[in-house]
Amino acid sequence: MVDFGGWAMPVSYPTGILEEHRATRTAVGVFDVCHMGEVHFTGPGAAATVQQLVTNDVARLEDGRAFYTVACLPSGGIVDDLIVYRLRSDHYVAVVNASNVDKDVDWFQEHRGTDCKIEDASARTGLIAFQGPAAQQALQSLASVPLDRLRPFSLATDATVSGLSCWIARTGYTGEDGFELFCEAQDAPALWDRLLTAGGKPVGLGARDTLRLEARLPLYGNDLDDETTPLEAGLGWVVKLDSDDFIGRDALRAQQAAGITRKLTGFVMTERGIARHGYAIFDDTGAACGTVTSGGPAPTLAQNIGLGYVPTRLSVPGTKLSIDCRGKRVGAEVVSGPFYKRGRK
Amino acid sequence: MSAHYPDDLFYTKDHEWARIEDRAGTKVATIGVTRYAVEQLGDVTQVDLPKEGETVKQAEVFGSVESVKAVSDLFAPITGKIVKVNSPLSDSPEYVNEDPYDEGWMIQVAVSNATELDGLLNAEAYQAFLREQGE
Repeated sequence: MVDFGGWAMPVSYPTGILEEHRATRTAVGVFDVCHMGEVHFTGPGAAATVQQLVTNDVARLEDGRAFYTVACLPSGGIVDDLIVYRLRSDHYVAVVNASNVDKDVDWFQEHRGTDCKIEDASARTGLIAFQGPAAQQALQSLASVPLDRLRPFSLATDATVSGLSCWIARTGYTGEDGFELFCEAQDAPALWDRLLTAGGKPVGLGARDTLRLEARLPLYGNDLDDETTPLEAGLGWVVKLDSDDFIGRDALRAQQAAGITRKLTGFVMTERGIARHGYAIFDDTGAACGTVTSGGPAPTLAQNIGLGYVPTRLSVPGTKLSIDCRGKRVGAEVVSGPFYKRGRK
Repeated sequence: MSAHYPDDLFYTKDHEWARIEDRAGTKVATIGVTRYAVEQLGDVTQVDLPKEGETVKQAEVFGSVESVKAVSDLFAPITGKIVKVNSPLSDSPEYVNEDPYDEGWMIQVAVSNATELDGLLNAEAYQAFLREQGE
């Protein structure tokens, strides 16, 4: 068990990280993510407040739909990355990183517009993710709503799972199809047990990290922080510079116009070695050019992979880099897109 | 518990073990990591070892083990010249998890100074050390 933002969390269950990873890629994994934060925005001014806080375009969200986005500082640096769900026109829920809940809620409150109430519901909300190619079939046997009609980034708020009242969202952090189930905190242990009975394998933080890294989903605190912008992080697709004003828009517009000078870049190791967070990256002349933000084995690919910020000119696929793996320079090559992409059904 | 920490091995507080054999008057130490180390590491994905003919020094780093989550140094239980390296580990690092005291051995060393063995723990003392550490 490790301390994770004040929560005692298992790095892995007894089967181990590799088996948990494999189970999620081939069948279904169950993730206790109760540590994540849930922040409710309610009232006639909810949409305007959320729009002010996030880079994505809130006006485009319909009831029961969600998007991935970031909240920025005026500098364009990232406060947090989050998923925003719209329940109704006057009720939005943001799911934020556990380690950022207090910081985020303070930031949200500070920038709250009129007619909007902000409530941190993290303590009373349980969240369990159910992820993998078999997730829909396994969950359908327990769920009260037809899951085949629940599209990606959609949310059903009137559902039950094994009789327990839940919201079912088709979202996740693994690169697989899957669901995230919101429940009352006191129902979470029972929900967990039923999801295991339905065939899910319990998955800890270790495999959560290898799964998200293979899918190239960034991790706040590693790949994103208040000194990186969403444009540098390759998250331009969640930044709607033409939407209504939001905090950081001017800085991001200026950065967009000037061109970004560094980019979060994916690489695979071409020689024997494993890149880890904090290792230095060198260009092909041997000059230091960046730092690894996330790295490790990619079990599905049987390769070692990583992410790091390097100058834009070095972020082109095929570029040769090397990583200082504990005093040894190990070759790596830039690749584009997710390291792992699930097959379409 | 005894199978987890065989009685015929020497142990270090860094969680390596050494098995000492007499070969034509030379003491040869086979070296690996303990069951406890393996449990802490989780799935091992890469083992980096020195080459045959190189020398390792007691309590100094001789290699490293990468697990899915992290990298850890290996410390030599004893000083000596490496006579053999368990080369299959480069393709099958999982042997370390599956069988840390047999197939998962790492290097064999011709012991330079047998008195160094006096500084190592026996199985009982190592387990007492683990208990002291709250394990």
